[in-house]
Amino acid sequence: MMNVSKTQNLLEVNNLQVNFRTPDGFVTAVNNLNFTLAQGETLGIVGESGSGKSQTAFALMGLLAGNGVIEGEARFNEQNILTLNEKAMNRIRSKEIAMIFQDPMTSLNPYMKVGKQLMEVLMLHKGMSKAEAFEASVKMLDAVKMPEARKRMNMYPHEFSGGMRQRVMIAMALLCQPKLLIADEPTTALDVTVQAQILTLLNELKDDFNTSIIMITHDLGVVAGLCDKVLVMYAGQTMEYGTAEDVFYRPTHPYTQGLLKAIPRLDGDDEKLSTIPGNPPNLLHMPSGCPFQARCEFARERCGESMPPLEEYAPGQLRACHKSVDGWVA
Amino acid sequence: MLTFISKRILEAIPTLLILITVSFFLMHSAPGSPFSSERTLPPEVLANINAKYHLDEPVINQYFYYLGGLLQGDLGPSFRYKDFTINELIAQSFPVSAEIGIWSFLVALLIGVGCGIVAALRQNSWLDYSVMGFANLGIVLPNFVLAPLCILFFSIYNHWLPPGGWNGGAWPYLVMPVIAMSTSYIAQIARITRGSMIETMHSNFIRTARAKGLPKYRIIFQHALRPAMLPVISYLGPAFVGIVTGSVIVDVYFGTGGIGQHFINGALNRDYSMVMGVTILVGTLTILFNAIVDILYAVIDPKIRY
Repeated sequence: MMNVSKTQNLLEVNNLQVNFRTPDGFVTAVNNLNFTLAQGETLGIVGESGSGKSQTAFALMGLLAGNGVIEGEARFNEQNILTLNEKAMNRIRSKEIAMIFQDPMTSLNPYMKVGKQLMEVLMLHKGMSKAEAFEASVKMLDAVKMPEARKRMNMYPHEFSGGMRQRVMIAMALLCQPKLLIADEPTTALDVTVQAQILTLLNELKDDFNTSIIMITHDLGVVAGLCDKVLVMYAGQTMEYGTAEDVFYRPTHPYTQGLLKAIPRLDGDDEKLSTIPGNPPNLLHMPSGCPFQARCEFARERCGESMPPLEEYAPGQLRACHKSVDGWVA
Repeated sequence: MLTFISKRILEAIPTLLILITVSFFLMHSAPGSPFSSERTLPPEVLANINAKYHLDEPVINQYFYYLGGLLQGDLGPSFRYKDFTINELIAQSFPVSAEIGIWSFLVALLIGVGCGIVAALRQNSWLDYSVMGFANLGIVLPNFVLAPLCILFFSIYNHWLPPGGWNGGAWPYLVMPVIAMSTSYIAQIARITRGSMIETMHSNFIRTARAKGLPKYRIIFQHALRPAMLPVISYLGPAFVGIVTGSVIVDVYFGTGGIGQHFINGALNRDYSMVMGVTILVGTLTILFNAIVDILYAVIDPKIRY
């Protein structure tokens, strides 16, 4: 994948901010997010529930809830997709940017045959006839390793298992060979063995179709197996951003370090699972300074005074922390 | 599906039998009799009449006489309209109610579902508030208020429509009964449709449909409408029976001669066979339309198979 086109970015997200108007006040779900994605590259966005990772995906797809307000820009192929109207956005959805959702059990229409749900995408975006769309859909179901694909076209979602439904969702997302695939926790609702199958499948398809992927997950194992770059989010803010290798083997942010320690190990001596004590802050009442300070074992006075800026400490490696990479020397 | 239908028909028989038995004995356990109010009757004439209608025999015998007639499709003679049988009276009045009813049903369904969808898609807009405002008005406004208002407006002030009568069901005679009949159903259907449409539009598979880039009208009509109609359909079964069996109010105000008048008159006059006839009719229709609702459910929801 080391071709020339890598130098040009497929997606550039600049200062993305997602706010929600709620009866209790203004909530900032995503705060000043920046990242870039090249063609064929995979970015993992990691964070706990409520860290804003899913809202980032919905913002990019134009699927935010009605009370959501977006600021900033997301340049996809040089075009800011955040300001497009519904009609223009519909020409990009599924055709250029497709999305796989967290819950395959409820994300397919239970009242419509699976085949029809696949075919309508091709008939809409590719102008295919029914017969063409049918054959192309069967082919895509084969590509996601659905057994007896032809027969399954005439079945309803409730006749599929969770893993099979997620395969249908992936097939649906890839029908138009989109340039970008956003996968919002695609394996969270599945059994562990099925999770592995789905991840292997995504890894193969990524190479087959040269698709860029934004993989949203709270599972660091997923990131390790699939991603080139990782962005760690906490309470809507970027904590650490860099190559997967650096973030994994040389994590510098206390939050990332905590997350990595919390992965259960089979070879470890510890009986007890390591955790990060405490809970993420309430987005309605954000503390001043760094949002992680209350749970951070290294927190000092200045952490409560100001939010550390996201700064590059090594080429391509960014982090937002007052503690320097080597400790509190400064 | 065929086994389901035959099973439902078999189930209907004991249900109807219980309905008939309970209503029959309840009705006869109330004091008085069809002829007790006619004080001028000499005792021997009364005795003759009672003997003719088997009213002098034990209730249990009367019950079996009635069941015997029923098996031959005979609902018995009317105790009130002396020269008519109940079969004749129902055959005369039910088509009138059914015609008003079917029109009212169609009007209620189309306008109700339409308003409900529009209100749901423009949730919390002025359009939503005004549609739902009218719906609430339609629910709280009783048809005994609506019917005379219609007559005032259409007949007395504007002379557009005849104030009453039936004339074989010509359309000028249909308009006001249909308005009076359908208004509250429009309102109910609109409310149910709105609620279920809002819920459906928030479901995950609609989000998937949006992520596919489908235009809004296709999301609504191809993806959202079927599931959103399920609660409406379960309301429509009993509602349809209520509509086609007519309303006393419509019959009284517009003099249409529908079956609604028999509900009240039958009870007031102790017209035993009329009360039974109307009960059996409503019971049968209710069972029939609940079965139709179940079948429609299976047609719409692939998870339901019989």
